[in-house]
Amino acid sequence: MIKEDWGFQTGLPEAASSYAPNIDWLMNVLHVVMIGIFVVWGVYFIYCLVAYRARDGHTGTYHQTGEKASFIPDGLILAFEMWLILAFGIPIWASVKQSTPPPSESNNIHVIAQQFAWNIHYPGPDGKFGRRDVKLVSASNSIGLDESDPASKDDIVTINQMSVPLGKPTILQMTSKDVIHDFWVSNFRNKQDVVPGLNTNLWFEPTKTGKFEIACAQLCGLGHTQMVGNVFVKTPEEFDEWQKSQVAEKAGTASAAGAVAPSENRS
Amino acid sequence: MSTQVAETSTGISHAKLGIWTFLASEIMLFGGLVSAYVILRSGSAHMAIPPREMMGVPLATFNTFALITSSVTMVLALAAIKVNDMKRFARFIGMTIGGGILFLCIKSYEYNHKWHEGITLSSNLFGSFYYTLTGLHVIHVIGGILLLLYILVTGLNGAYDAHNHERVEAAGLYWHFVDLVWVILFPILYLL
Amino acid sequence: MDTHGHGHDAGHGHGEPTSFWRKYVFSVDHKVIGIQYLITSFLFLLVGFGMMMLMRYQLAWPSPPDDFDPEKMSLVRSTIAKIFGDKMEYGFMRPDFYNQLGAMHGTIMIFLGVVPLGVAAFGNYVLPLQIGAPDMAFPRLNMMSYWVYLVGGIVMMSSYFAPDGFPQSGWTSYAPLSIVAPPGQTVWCIAMVIIITSSLLGSINFIVTTLNMRAKGMTLGRMPVFVWAQLVTAVLLLLAFPVLEAGALLQLLDRVAGTSFYIPKDMMYGSTVFPAAGGGNPILWQHLFWFLAHPEVYVLLLPAMGIVAEIIATNTRKPLFGYREIVGSMVLIGILSFVVWAHHMFLSGMRTSLANLFVTTTLTISVPSVAVLTCLLLSLRGGAIRFNTPMLFALAFLPMFGIGGLTGLPLGFAPTDLHLHDTYYVIGHFHYVVAPGSLAALMGATYYWYPKMFGRKMNETLGKIHFWMTIVPMNFIFFPMLFQGMWGMDRRLADPTLQWHNLPVQGWSVIMLFAACVLLLGQIPFLWNFFWSLRHGEIAGENPWNATTLEWACPSPPPHGNFVTPPEVHRGPYEYSVPGHKTDYWPQDEAA
Ligand code: HEA
Ligand code: HEA
Ligand code: CUA
Ligand SMILES: [Cu+2]
Repeated sequence: MIKEDWGFQTGLPEAASSYAPNIDWLMNVLHVVMIGIFVVWGVYFIYCLVAYRARDGHTGTYHQTGEKASFIPDGLILAFEMWLILAFGIPIWASVKQSTPPPSESNNIHVIAQQFAWNIHYPGPDGKFGRRDVKLVSASNSIGLDESDPASKDDIVTINQMSVPLGKPTILQMTSKDVIHDFWVSNFRNKQDVVPGLNTNLWFEPTKTGKFEIACAQLCGLGHTQMVGNVFVKTPEEFDEWQKSQVAEKAGTASAAGAVAPSENRS
Repeated sequence: MSTQVAETSTGISHAKLGIWTFLASEIMLFGGLVSAYVILRSGSAHMAIPPREMMGVPLATFNTFALITSSVTMVLALAAIKVNDMKRFARFIGMTIGGGILFLCIKSYEYNHKWHEGITLSSNLFGSFYYTLTGLHVIHVIGGILLLLYILVTGLNGAYDAHNHERVEAAGLYWHFVDLVWVILFPILYLL
Repeated sequence: MDTHGHGHDAGHGHGEPTSFWRKYVFSVDHKVIGIQYLITSFLFLLVGFGMMMLMRYQLAWPSPPDDFDPEKMSLVRSTIAKIFGDKMEYGFMRPDFYNQLGAMHGTIMIFLGVVPLGVAAFGNYVLPLQIGAPDMAFPRLNMMSYWVYLVGGIVMMSSYFAPDGFPQSGWTSYAPLSIVAPPGQTVWCIAMVIIITSSLLGSINFIVTTLNMRAKGMTLGRMPVFVWAQLVTAVLLLLAFPVLEAGALLQLLDRVAGTSFYIPKDMMYGSTVFPAAGGGNPILWQHLFWFLAHPEVYVLLLPAMGIVAEIIATNTRKPLFGYREIVGSMVLIGILSFVVWAHHMFLSGMRTSLANLFVTTTLTISVPSVAVLTCLLLSLRGGAIRFNTPMLFALAFLPMFGIGGLTGLPLGFAPTDLHLHDTYYVIGHFHYVVAPGSLAALMGATYYWYPKMFGRKMNETLGKIHFWMTIVPMNFIFFPMLFQGMWGMDRRLADPTLQWHNLPVQGWSVIMLFAACVLLLGQIPFLWNFFWSLRHGEIAGENPWNATTLEWACPSPPPHGNFVTPPEVHRGPYEYSVPGHKTDYWPQDEAA
C-alpha cells in the first residue's frame, strides 16, 4: 500500500540557496506565532465550552463586559503584522526579487519553457547569448537559435538539465513559448512564473552541491506533472569542465551528419 | 401587490433602488473592459491605433449628438408624465426611441465601413477592443430601445400618470446610463 | 410594489397559487425558491465531492507498482476501471482526466455549490423572514435567478460531452492555456456568463429587499448579523462578478472570434505559431479573474460567519459579544476585499514592487477577520451553552476557520509565498476555510433552519454522528496537505510520484484517501436524516430553539406571505437572558 520510498515528512526541505535561510526564518517565526495564537485562542475556547456549558441552575449573563477590550488583541495583531512586514517582509522580498546581482558577476542562463520541457540556453564561454527567433523554431532547434549569429557559436542548449556553479549567483532570464509555466526548485525557496510574451527573472546563489529537482508549478496542460528537470550544482572547476565538454561536443556533432535532435534526449 | 412608495423602509421605490443597483454592476462591467483596454493600450506594443481619418470622427460625433439628444427627450418625457401630459409624453418617448434607432443605423454603417477598411474583430488588438466595447454598448442600446417601447405601449394603455411613473423614471436612468457609457467610449476609442 | 405587477400574476398578493407547477416548480415564493436552491446545490456538492473521491484515489496510488498485475486488481480498482474505461485504464487516471476533474471540482464547489447554498438557499429562505418581509422585492426576478442558475449549471456539466470533455485549465482558467484548450473551455466561459447573470439578478434582489422591505422598527442596527452578512455579500457579488463577466467574455472571444486579448505576440502552439494577431497580455486575465475571485472567497465566508453568529447567539442564551464590532468588521472585510486580489499573483510576472502594497492590504484584511472571530469566541463567555447539532457545527467553525485563516498569513507575506505558492499548502489553507469552515457552517444552518423549512426537527443522534464523521476526517485530509505543501509538493499534479522530491510526503496521500472514505460514509446519516425527518422528525412548532429573531415569529413552515400579521420590531436581535424578563429569550417582535 505504501511503497518503501514514500514517507511522512513534515517541515521544510533542505535549504540550498543563499537567501533560503532568511525565508525559512520568516516562515518559522510566522508558524510559531500562528501556533501561539491558535493555542491561546484554543485553550480559551475549550475553557468556555466547559465552564459555560448549560446545566441546571446555570443561566446566561446578559451584561457584557470589556467590549472595548476586544480591540486590544486586534490592535496588537495589526501592529505585529505591520512590524513583520516592515522589518522582514519587504526587505527579504526586495533581496530576492528586486536586487538581482550584477549580470557581469553572475552565471547567466536563459530558460525557454514549453509544453512540457525546460529548454536551457547557456551563452557558453564567450558570455554572449546568440539571437533567438521564433521563425527558426524547428524539431531540431527547439528555441529557434540563430546559428548564423557569431555569438551563438559556443552557445549550449540542454533540455531539462541545468548545471550551475557553486559560490556564484545564477541569473535566469525566462520566457515561455506557449503557455504559462513556473520555474521552481523547492530547495532554493524561490519560484517564478514563466510567461509567454514576457521576460521574467529569477536569481539564486546555490550553497550546496548536488542534484535538485526543477518542477513546473503552474498548471500548463496534460504534461504538467512530467515537466520536471534537475539542477546540478557543481564546484566551479567541475562547472568549467562541463562547459568545455559541452562546447566540444557541440562542435563535434555540428560537423557530423545527422545531429541528434534535442527532443530525443529529453529526459 | 401594489405597494406605495412610502411603504418602503428607505422611502425609495423598489424599482428605483433596483435600477441603481443594477447600474452599479453595469459600471463594473464596462469598467472592467475599459480598464483592460487602458492597460493594454498603455502596455502593449501591438495596439496599432488606426489613423483618425479611418475612424470617421465626424460621423461618430454626430452619433454622440444623436444619443445625447435622445437623453434630453427622455428627460422631457418624464417631465411630461409628471404633469399628466400624455401626448407630450408619448411624443418624447417616441423621439427617444428614434434617437436610439438613428444611433444604431449610423453604427451599423460605421461597422460595415470599418470592416471593409480592414479594421476587423481579429485584425489587431484595437479592432478587438473596438468591436467588443461598442458591440456591448450596442446590445445595451437595443435593450434600452426595447425597454422604451415597452414603456411607450404600457404608457399609451394608461399605466402611468403624475403619481405613478416609477418605471418611466427607472427606464430613463437606464437610458442615461447607456448614453453615458457612449460618452466615455467615444473619446477613448475615437479621439485619444 | 408595481415593478413586476403586470401580466397574468398581477395582484397575486397574498393569495396562494394553486396549481402544482406554480406552487412548487415555477414558484415566485422566496421559500420555495430557497429550497430549490438548497436541493440543487446539495446535489452539485455531492457531484463535486464524487469527483474529488476519484482524484484522492488517484493521488493515493498514482501509478501501477512494478509488480502490478491487472488480473489481480482489487474490486474497487476493477470497478473504477470498468466505469471510466480508457479515462482510467486499470484504475489509474489519465492526466487530462485528472485536470478535468480538478477544474470541475473547483468550479462546481465554488460557483454551483457553496455560494448558491450559502447565499441563494439560506439567504432566500431566511433573509426575508428575518427582516419581517412578506417576500423578496422582485419575486419574479428571484425565480428567474434560480432557473438561470440551473441552466448555467447544466450547461457547465454538459461540457462533458464536448470533444475532449470537461474544461481542464483549473477553476482559475489561466490564459493562454485556456485559450488553446479543447472546446470544453468554451462551454465553461458560456456557463460562467450564465451563472454570473443569475448571481447578479440575485444580488440586486437581496440589496433592495434588505434596504427596502424591513418590518416596522427593524432599523439597520437591529438587523441580525446574518442579514448584514448577506447584504455585504450581495454588494460583493454585485460589484465583483461583472468584472469576471467581462474577463470571461474576452476569453470567449479569444477562443471563438480570433481576437487576442490574452494572446501574446508570436505565441507558439505545439510547433506552429498560434494563428492570432497577438499583442495581448496573459496577465490581464489574472487581474480580471482575481479581482472577482478574491471578493468571491469572502462571499464563501461571510454567510457562514453570519450563520455561526446566529447559531451561537441562540445556543449560548446570551447576547452576541460586540454586535457592532462584528457588523463593522464585516463591512470592512467587504471593502478591503477589493484591494487584495494581487496576492494571488506575487509570482505572476506583474511588477514585483507592487507586491509590497498587496502584502500590506492582505495582512490588514486579516485583522477584521480576527475581530469577528474574537467576538464570536468571546460570545461564549458567560453563556449557558447548549450542544445541539447546529451548535456543534458552529463551534467547529471557529478553530477550523482559525487554522484556515492563520495559514493565510504565510501566503500573504510575499517572501514566504515564494515557497508556498501553488503548493498543497495553498490547497490546505483554503480548504480549511471553505470545507470544515464554510461548508460546516452551512451544514449547521441546515440543521438549524430545517424545522422552519419543514416543520420538523432533524434527528439529533444522526446529526451528531454526521458531525463527528465530517469534522474529524476533514482534518485528516486537510492538515497533511499543509505538510505536503511545506515540503514542496505542487498542486494539480496527476501523479506526484513522478517528481522525486515529493516522495518523502507521498505517504500522507494514502491516509488522506482513507479519511476521505470516512468523510463520504459520514454523509450517509445526513442524507438519510434529511429525507427521513421530512415525515418522521419531531414536530417543531413555531420556535423550537427559543430564539429571538423574526424568522421564529411565523409558523413553521411559514405560509405564503410569511407573517400572519406584519411583525413590528421593538429591540435588537439577540436579547437573551435579559434580567427580569420572564423567559430567557425576548423575541424582537414581542411587545414590551
Ligand atoms: C473562504 C475562503 C477564504 C478565506 C476566508 C481566505 C482568507 C485569507 N486568505 Fe485565502 N484563499 C482562498 C480562500 C480563502 N482565503 C482560496 C480559495 C485560495 C486559492 C485560490 C486558488 O489559487 O485556487 C486562497 C489563496 C490565498 C492566497 C494565495 C496563495 C497563493 O496562491 O500563493 C493568499 C495569499 O495571500 C491568501 C491569503 C489569505 C489571508 C491572509 C486570509 C485572511 O483573510 C485570513 C484571516 C483570518 C485569520 C488570521 C484567522 C483568525 C482566527 C483566529 C486567530 C482564531 C483562532 C480560533 C480558535 C482557535 C477558536 N489566500
Ligand atoms: C467551496 C469550495 C470547495 C469545497 C467545499 C471543497 C471540498 C473538498 N475539496 Fe476541494 N478544491 C476547491 C474548492 C473546494 N473544495 C478548489 C477551488 C480547488 C482548486 C481547483 C483547481 O486546482 O483549479 C480544489 C482543489 C482540491 C484538491 C487539489 C487538487 C489538485 O490540486 O490536484 C483537493 C485534493 O485533495 C481537494 C479536496 C477536497 C475535499 C476532500 C473536499 C471535501 O471537503 C468535500 C466534502 C464534501 C461534502 C462533505 C459534500 C457535502 C454534501 C452533501 C453531504 C450533500 C447532501 C445532500 C442532500 C442532503 C440532498 N480539493
Ligand atoms: Cu509547465 Cu506546468
Ligand atoms: Cu485572495
